[in-house]
Amino acid sequence: MTLTTPAEAPARDGRRRALGLRADVRNLSLLGVLAALVAVGGLTRPAEFLAGSNLQLVLTQASVIGVVTVGMTFVITSGGIDLSVGAIVALASVWATTLATQEFGFAGILFTAVAVGLGCGLVNGVLVAYGGMVPFIATLAMLASARGLALQITDGRTQIVTVPSVLDLGVPDAYVLGIPPLVLVFAAVTAAGWLLLNRTTFGRRTIAVGGNPEAARLAGIDVRRQRLLLYLLSGLCCGIAAFLLIVLAGSGQNTNGNLYELDAIAAAIIGGTLLSGGRGTIVGSVLGVLVFTTITNIFALNNLQSDVQQIAKGAIIVAAVLVQRRTVRDSEA
Amino acid sequence: MEGITKTFPGVRALDGVDLDVAPGEVHCLLGQNGAGKSTLIKVLAGAHQPDDGRITWNGEPVRLRSPSAAVRLGIATIYQELDLVEGLSVAENVHLGHEPTTAGFVRTRAAHDTTTALLKRLGHPEIDPARRVGELSAAQRQIVSMARALSHDVRLIVMDEPSAALDPDEVANLFRIVADLTADGVAVVYISHRLEEIRRIGDRVTVLKDGRAVARGLPAAATPTREVVALMTGRDVPYVFPDRPAAPPAAEPVLRVQGLARKGEFEALDLELRPGEIVGLAGLVGSGRSEILETVYGARRPTAGRVLVDGRPLRPGSVPAAVRAGLGLAPEERKAQGLLLLESVTRNVSVSSLARFSRAGWIDRTAERDTARTATRALSLRPDHPDARVRTLSGGNQQKAVLARWLLRGCRVLLLDEPTRGVDVGARAELYAVIRRLADDGLAVLLVSSEVPEVLGLADRVLVLREGRVVHEAPARDLDEHRVLDLVMEGSPTA
Repeated sequence: MTLTTPAEAPARDGRRRALGLRADVRNLSLLGVLAALVAVGGLTRPAEFLAGSNLQLVLTQASVIGVVTVGMTFVITSGGIDLSVGAIVALASVWATTLATQEFGFAGILFTAVAVGLGCGLVNGVLVAYGGMVPFIATLAMLASARGLALQITDGRTQIVTVPSVLDLGVPDAYVLGIPPLVLVFAAVTAAGWLLLNRTTFGRRTIAVGGNPEAARLAGIDVRRQRLLLYLLSGLCCGIAAFLLIVLAGSGQNTNGNLYELDAIAAAIIGGTLLSGGRGTIVGSVLGVLVFTTITNIFALNNLQSDVQQIAKGAIIVAAVLVQRRTVRDSEA
Repeated sequence: MEGITKTFPGVRALDGVDLDVAPGEVHCLLGQNGAGKSTLIKVLAGAHQPDDGRITWNGEPVRLRSPSAAVRLGIATIYQELDLVEGLSVAENVHLGHEPTTAGFVRTRAAHDTTTALLKRLGHPEIDPARRVGELSAAQRQIVSMARALSHDVRLIVMDEPSAALDPDEVANLFRIVADLTADGVAVVYISHRLEEIRRIGDRVTVLKDGRAVARGLPAAATPTREVVALMTGRDVPYVFPDRPAAPPAAEPVLRVQGLARKGEFEALDLELRPGEIVGLAGLVGSGRSEILETVYGARRPTAGRVLVDGRPLRPGSVPAAVRAGLGLAPEERKAQGLLLLESVTRNVSVSSLARFSRAGWIDRTAERDTARTATRALSLRPDHPDARVRTLSGGNQQKAVLARWLLRGCRVLLLDEPTRGVDVGARAELYAVIRRLADDGLAVLLVSSEVPEVLGLADRVLVLREGRVVHEAPARDLDEHRVLDLVMEGSPTA
């Protein structure tokens, strides 16, 4: 019984799903929320909210946490969790903005941010994959240590960036067709993340490991290596996000990335990624990020305090997950 | 119990079973794996709701809606897989769910005292009620389970293979406990594979086969073994097994297992497997069958010995190495170990061969679907729909998805662990034919099954295992079911 690709034309019954329409149905509720938020913003602050500069601001703000969320989505899809993302962003941003690093200019800052992210991801990955530690604990330890190290490096001071080529990326002159470069990076990371998850063996293995680790192992997948690579990927995303944050803020601070872990997890979950693993959606995660960033923007424009904002965020998480559970149940019943 | 019927999706587990138990009697339940014993006692324990039938308790019809309802009536069950909380103490386990309390606070002292008394009654005063159950031996846990059952005011105790984990002298103690209980008028339903145990302590025997009671209330001591075995094995549903090839394959062995062992699980095993050959491992639960397969496959690390494919030794304890060398495993727990339940048939089939449809990690999804489909069609997997969720398939078709995975991978040695578990009787014949056809096409197959007729009917050669050791090896056609059952059961600790 040898197998060859059949000469007959492949059936097309899976085309609808192949185009990803099925996943989009699940994202519809989130798009609805986003549309409602835009309506609220447009009604309460028509002039400010819909201005092009505000749109640029929202997208720019979404870029940093968005890149982190893409990495987080992979980790959660594999059944893991990375609590250390915010701390890694902080550590990478301060390490990349020390006076010594800044001497190497643009390339030095970019390289350091990415290298620190990868290094932290490597430690997380080794602890989880080969040290047998529970991801929650391993990355919690990384959270504490990376924050501590960031504080040690800065001594609590803000490190101003003096490299012009880095700062120039954040000014309107650098915008490409009106799009800030940071947003372009976010879009590129999103596209790469989507392709990686949905079109490559790496993505397929990630889903398999998250869906049923024992079955994945017995199917011949090197589950430990896959887990290591996933935490590396999350670290890489944190490094990129740290660089974006340096450009955005023009400085590096040890308080950067505060509570990013919670925002990224929340965005991934309301986007439709299963916390238990086995299913992940990059598009959903990005929509989740946009929903949260838009809320923040609307509240800021309306001069509402962050306490109200936090409550609204919490309510949206609960509502989105409840709606999704219903949709998932209906589509798979 | 009268006319108890229970149907699971695709399987009729119990088909109108009657069971009557008198106070102070030991009523034994016998039957092969899958005969419906476990389902029956779960109905009795309130854990399963029967689809049909009546349960009468002291002359009153009752409905056991939940395990706690059964316990309230005085029915306690000691399961084979012990249901203890390892992180809690002995006393806490014994009183789990009915702790002695004062205003919501557990009276620890009282719990310890009653536990001590119960353990003493069970002949194990040395177990400290304060110890964590996780630190106890299997036999001690058995005692704790029993203490928990006795902590209720029980009138009927169901014991599912209570002697399986026990040493001979502990079994003697168990029998003493059973005798004490029955002297107090407690009824015992006793499940065991070991005929001689049943003969020693049983009063009456009910034999289950394929979900039906084929004999009820036989006198335990007086019924000859031959008759009991005949009842257990005689089948209404004949299994249709494919023909064996006329001549045994003469090719060089593709798989050689040399002195493979895992401490506490199985002892030095030697095995040769030729292309085109199906070799069966027969033995009871706990005889080391699945452990052997998983160790050959690299999913468990052997303590001694090695596995060679084409004369080259495999890296021990590495599944990826085994898969690269051409091994494939259809695991015992198909859903827990074999399938990605959230995924489609295609993705379940392709998961071990992703490199085949990808370049630089990039998956050609058209090629993936098409070749996966060729494999599923070759095995007549239904529905013939690559995007069907694997979860929605019947047991037999799920198994075919796992087989298709290895067919697609081009695997040369197929390890099958309980390939027909949870597969409807009607669909089994088709699965048997598929397995034989794969062998005829040059695959070497190592088959494990707790159903002796399946091993005898499908395999060319059979190794009989008892307690981790090969006790007999012969061509399948030279063995019959009685002989194998004799071999796997003889010499058990109490004999």
